[in-house]
Amino acid sequence: MSRFSFRKDASRPGAPPRISRRGALLLGAQAAVMGALFWRLKALQIDSADEYLLMAEENRINVRLLPPARGEIFDRKGRPLALNRQNYRVVLVREQAGDVEAVLDELARLIDIPPHQRSRALREIRSKSAFVPVTVAENLDWETFARVNANAPALPGVTPEVGLSRHYPEGEKLGHVLGYVARFAEIDKDREDADDPLFQIPDFHIGKNGVERALEPVLRGSAGASRIEVNAVGRVIREIDRKPGAPGADIGLTIDLDLQRYALRRMEGESAATVVMEIESGDILALASTPGFDPNKFVTGISQAEWTTLLEDEYRPLANKAVSGQYPPGSTFKMIVALAALEAGVAGPGETVFCNGGYKLGDRIFHCWKRGGHGHVNLKESIKSSCDVYFYEMARRVGVDRVSEMAVRFGLGPAPALEMTAVRDGIAPTRAWKLARHGESWQLGDTLNVGIGQGYVLSSPLQLAVMTARLGGDGRMVAPRLVRTVGGRPAPAPEPAPLGVSAAHLRLVREGMFAVSSEPGGTAWRSRIADEAMLMAGKTGTSQVRRITMAERARGVTRNEDLPWNRRDHALFVAFAPWEQPRYAIATVVEHGGGGSRAAAPIARDIMMRALYGGEPPLRAYPPEERREIEERREQERLTPDDAAETPRNRA
Amino acid sequence: MSLALRPARKGERLGLWARVLRLNWALLLLVAAIAAVGFLMLFSVAGGSLEPWARPQMLRFAVGFAGLLIVAMIDIRFWKAVSPLVYAGALALVAAVEFVGVTGMGAQRWIALGPIRLQPSEVMKVALVLALAAYYAWLPPEKVSRPFWLLPPLILILTPMALVLMQPDLGTAILLAAGGAGVMFLAGVSLWYFAAGAAGAAGLVSLVFASRGTEWQLLKDYQFRRIETFLDPSQDPLGAGYHITQSTIALGSGGFSGRGFMEGTQSRLNFLPEKHTDFIFTTLAEEFGFIGAGSLLALYALVLVFGFASMASNRDRFGSLLTGGLTLTFFLYFAVNVGMVVGLMPVVGVPLPLVSYGGSAMLVLLFAFGLIQSAHIHRRS
Repeated sequence: MSRFSFRKDASRPGAPPRISRRGALLLGAQAAVMGALFWRLKALQIDSADEYLLMAEENRINVRLLPPARGEIFDRKGRPLALNRQNYRVVLVREQAGDVEAVLDELARLIDIPPHQRSRALREIRSKSAFVPVTVAENLDWETFARVNANAPALPGVTPEVGLSRHYPEGEKLGHVLGYVARFAEIDKDREDADDPLFQIPDFHIGKNGVERALEPVLRGSAGASRIEVNAVGRVIREIDRKPGAPGADIGLTIDLDLQRYALRRMEGESAATVVMEIESGDILALASTPGFDPNKFVTGISQAEWTTLLEDEYRPLANKAVSGQYPPGSTFKMIVALAALEAGVAGPGETVFCNGGYKLGDRIFHCWKRGGHGHVNLKESIKSSCDVYFYEMARRVGVDRVSEMAVRFGLGPAPALEMTAVRDGIAPTRAWKLARHGESWQLGDTLNVGIGQGYVLSSPLQLAVMTARLGGDGRMVAPRLVRTVGGRPAPAPEPAPLGVSAAHLRLVREGMFAVSSEPGGTAWRSRIADEAMLMAGKTGTSQVRRITMAERARGVTRNEDLPWNRRDHALFVAFAPWEQPRYAIATVVEHGGGGSRAAAPIARDIMMRALYGGEPPLRAYPPEERREIEERREQERLTPDDAAETPRNRA
Repeated sequence: MSLALRPARKGERLGLWARVLRLNWALLLLVAAIAAVGFLMLFSVAGGSLEPWARPQMLRFAVGFAGLLIVAMIDIRFWKAVSPLVYAGALALVAAVEFVGVTGMGAQRWIALGPIRLQPSEVMKVALVLALAAYYAWLPPEKVSRPFWLLPPLILILTPMALVLMQPDLGTAILLAAGGAGVMFLAGVSLWYFAAGAAGAAGLVSLVFASRGTEWQLLKDYQFRRIETFLDPSQDPLGAGYHITQSTIALGSGGFSGRGFMEGTQSRLNFLPEKHTDFIFTTLAEEFGFIGAGSLLALYALVLVFGFASMASNRDRFGSLLTGGLTLTFFLYFAVNVGMVVGLMPVVGVPLPLVSYGGSAMLVLLFAFGLIQSAHIHRRS
């Protein structure tokens, strides 16, 4: 036994030994630590107390955070979409200002402070600590800024500053895609990254929406710090050291600015959305939703009146309909039904179904859109003429669950991942889904409705574009992407998985789509591309937003034009082109636009042509009957170069 | 002296009144005094308001203090008998946290038991001391330093340590090791083992660092960076370094007599991080100066002294080891917290015992003091 182990108590043999010796050693060690703590407290609180008191009194912020420059955002050709601009602003510190109201009045003689900005600044000044600078006015021009600078001695507590603020040169053209940045606010305290020291900076802006929000961690960068010594009135005496932060990474989007601009212009006046995708890469070339909003207004703070106007517009400018709109896909869903039937072996390519204009199920009749019926139609003809009866029959044969499974494979169920906010899932209903969601069992009538893309099916334009890209592609589950480069390096693009659909079946469905928009008699024949090298394959869709009442049924179908705007049908069109070697897929939805062939197909065709020709399409690309009109319009534009005049405004 | 105050003889059962009279009143008062300092500071950091911290803290203390008295009245032999169960239960909780725990405030993990959020690693600190004290009370003293008989306590210590490390919570793991080693030290394990253990730990640490940049690198690069920040907070001036800088300024500016109750600018102006939990000592030192901070340290020191006295006068080996181990655990809590706040130690999330706002640590500590009282009441001399 070591001599350090504990001592036997000789006086009382057999009794357990005391452990006081080891205890005393331990107590000694504890006393030593206590001594060290006392010594340190004495050093801080007695020996250097004056020094620290000075630091606490005068040096209140001795580590100043340096906000990193936010990453900028560019389109696929490097054109700027979101920039940091020098922002001349004026900040006010309450404890230096004294009478805040008086100083503000004085300041208002030099610069223009609108009432809502003044009340906001006052609110902020009151809610924050006395020494925190609060922005009173920003985005000043140089002249005004210089005027404040010259008068600074007469304005206690007012400091002119130069900062960076976000600017979106394209304004509302990319409002939905980019989103915007705004002040870090109370509601952001729940964010997962809310403990970033940067949020201590007054006025720090963070991404609230869209790409700015989704890529916030990449764009933000990390804070730098500068340790500064300041004197009693807060003037900086010297900088002791500085650790630069890391600026945020620049982002290159897949968006093609030209195409985006054109798509928006083409849809102007409608409540509509279009998504254009490159089939090979999945790059989103355009993601447009009209009407839009100007994100710049949100950066400085939007006025209540403007906000109310945006909220109350029945065309919902704040919603990004391209990713969050949920529409019954209507007849654009028929390719999915056809593929499900072909893959299940319940439909043959040449097999015909007889359409007499209606489909009897029990005592109900499900109408075809063509009252007189299509007669005998096979798969290709049924897509070409969009015969409803054929798809009622196919949906009934294959069953809703297999249709739904096919829809999910083509991206119509859960939404594809995209570097955006507000991306909503679609609904690809199954029997189990209806039971869980509505507590009702699935009816055969529901299946027939799903067969023509009505009833419970819902998809966003983005999902329809993905579906079309997969239909037009080489049998892989091409995934959409919005980001091409991060910090100059290409963003990783995972290899898409195979669709698992037979190439022969895919070809059959595609031939049907080709007939829709490139063969006489197809529902989109009038909106074809005439150039042999650029032929387009597409599908129209018209989806009902209301249930047709029995009374209406008895009266016969009410004409769309006779209904109020918000009860009219949605118009849809999806297409890929060129037929020989598909490069682009497009999906366009015109809310309450009426028939897909009339309202959506012409818009989608024009946007598709812009993508195919990389600019203004040659005359020969248009069908002969349109050329004259196009030529005249172009002539007119050359005389009055006004962009907006190019398209006729056809909102009814 | 009345009958009640005389030490108990072996096997004797004490009446309830006798047990009340034998309470260690000095320790009881010290605990209440320290907690009262906590209420005062929580009232102050809330800007002179009972909400949101002082009132819940007082309620919790009342409940915990009642628990302390109940624990104290129960015979120490009962606690000895159930110590393996307590240990097993605590270990199960620590393991369960891996599966059902909620991450909050960095690496700390909580487990929800009804309305209470319990941090199992806090419970483990007490349970480990209980288990080790019971083991060494059972083990004949001459076997204490035999290598074979070292294995059970090492397993008892290393198992919860490994689980806590997985969370990952390096600070708590080190505190568990220190607490466990303390009981082994008090039990009389040969000093050579402690020397060997220290040398081995130093060797392991230098091996890990030596491996950096070589092919057989033992940790990932980011883990090395984390350790560097841990060792030198000034490398991270915006995170831990910022806190320590502000904390030091607050402490120093308090001076000898402090800036006055509710007058601390650093606390008022939100320069202090976690001012109601881990950094509450700073507020005390800023507002009451060296006198206030020194007095609290003196109160803590008195707890150590009375704890030592109780341990040394107790012939019951279990009670004595338990008192020593729990006093040491208490010491580790405040030494690490105060050491961190005054900038002598790296920043680790350890509350100031009985003062910081928080339920888990408060309840566990009061339970521990209940055990110390029980050992004191049922002592033998």
